[in-house]
Amino acid sequence: MAKIFIVAEHRDGRLKKATFELLGASAAAGNETHALILGEGIAELAKELAHYGANKIHVVENSALKNYSAEAYSKAVAQVLKAASPDIVLASHTPTGRDFLPRVAAKLGVGLASDCTQLSFDGSKIKVRRPIYAGKVLVDVEFLGSGPVMATVRPNALGVPKPDTSKTAELIQETVELGALKTKVLEIVKGSSARPDVTEAPVVISGGRSLKSAENFKILEDLADVLGAAVGASRAAVDAGFRPHRDQVGQTGKVVSPTLYIACGISGAIQHLAGMRSSKVIVAINTDPECPIFQAADYGIVGDLFAVVPLLTQEFKKIKEH
Amino acid sequence: MNIYVCIKQVPDTETKIKLNSDSTGIDPAGIKWVMSPFDEIAVEESLRVKEKNAGSTLTVISAGPARATESIRTALAMGADNGIHIELPENVDNNTIAKALAGALKKEAHFDLIFTGKEAIDDGSAQVSQILGEFLDIPSITVAVAIEYGAGTVKCKREIEGGSFEIIEAALPVIIAGQKGLNDPRYASLPNIMKAKKKEIKALKAADVGVSDADQKIRFKNYQLPPPKQAGKKLTGDPAAQAKELVRMLHEEAKVI
Repeated sequence: MAKIFIVAEHRDGRLKKATFELLGASAAAGNETHALILGEGIAELAKELAHYGANKIHVVENSALKNYSAEAYSKAVAQVLKAASPDIVLASHTPTGRDFLPRVAAKLGVGLASDCTQLSFDGSKIKVRRPIYAGKVLVDVEFLGSGPVMATVRPNALGVPKPDTSKTAELIQETVELGALKTKVLEIVKGSSARPDVTEAPVVISGGRSLKSAENFKILEDLADVLGAAVGASRAAVDAGFRPHRDQVGQTGKVVSPTLYIACGISGAIQHLAGMRSSKVIVAINTDPECPIFQAADYGIVGDLFAVVPLLTQEFKKIKEH
Repeated sequence: MNIYVCIKQVPDTETKIKLNSDSTGIDPAGIKWVMSPFDEIAVEESLRVKEKNAGSTLTVISAGPARATESIRTALAMGADNGIHIELPENVDNNTIAKALAGALKKEAHFDLIFTGKEAIDDGSAQVSQILGEFLDIPSITVAVAIEYGAGTVKCKREIEGGSFEIIEAALPVIIAGQKGLNDPRYASLPNIMKAKKKEIKALKAADVGVSDADQKIRFKNYQLPPPKQAGKKLTGDPAAQAKELVRMLHEEAKVI
């Protein structure tokens, strides 16, 4: 059994599913599972962490932590961890987790394995496996030196456990000394889209250059609305200006591993395949039966996406309405 | 201003990766090595700052095997003034690289702005710019898509999740990791490529920058190619039949919907 600290992530008053995945994996292996949550006015949110497997919940309430700030977060997390001396520290490989955990690892002088997709526990040790070269190769990560070991875990890699709302955990109020901060978060500019991020969405629908225009992505958005999906794009579509850079899936964009990935009019360049090959189920729709995307696909439709996608939207609607 | 840009050489995205015979690394044969694409964005940004601030010097730094000097030369051809190469073995971890970069920077007179890419596309860890910030004890701002330069300050727009952005301000010196969208990196012109050949690249060893084996905190082992994918199912018929059958299969067979 290991003493594990999981740094919980939340935004807009909601905990991230990715945090539940970490709690579930740790608890299922019978570890002493500590959750650490930072923010302001988070007492109620903290309790929910018990439903997913936290035995103890450490709460850092501080007005400087109201919004995520890399500097304040990493200082606070490092202080709590130094006092608690866990065996293992986990966070999600989300825009937030990947930003602050390297800082914490440096403050503690310990190793960090990023973007892990497989975890197993053995006594007080953890074994992690991760893709490198955007999924072209898999490696085990060996931790060297002493002190806690750290890992960030790719969202959707572990699966969300079923919550048990009857569970409670000990709440421990932590105080931290943040000192003078050198950075100041002035503003959070909310995205106009209500859709999830491509890296965290359970379903991603991506379009390639065959979509021909930014406007034509509407048919993918309609499908995404039915499935609660994110809309992604190939590098070619982004370079053509159809979608913003942040939607790009691939080695030079974002690496995603949703439950379902639907590639529409994407031929399947190596660098794109690298970015989505760890998706659980891959669907490809393309007019060219020879294009490499079909070799990566579990289900392939040789056909015109402009005809097929709207029909798919109708069919999924029927399923969802049942 | 003294501007620095830290870059890493990586296999080109179109490179097919093969493993060495004992699965302890990749087979270097046939790999086309390039500057990591996000680092090109960092080089471009640092050039623009240099061009707007007369009298500035731009130094490009890379820590890695001897071949890394090729990517330093590329940055020099884009317009950087001089280079520093810290020779490190293949496959050192991010902590070691950050320690080496910090060691080299601390030997410099002073630094105002340090740029990196938001991640290197080989291991995609996105750790070095943050660790470097800790080692130098200066702010490190990641995933920047827009930067406003003030008097001794920067205001960055950084990408967070779900299409949202954070606006963050810090005083110099500061490290900024660039994301796509920040700029479009330039190509080196032929005359500049020729000029770059004469520019100085200072050679440093691990010991010069205070790096030892103890800085290595993680190591990759048991390299494996992902298992080959089973042949998928091709759906036939007219679009309506294809759509109906796909949705049925995703619902009943794959059970993902």
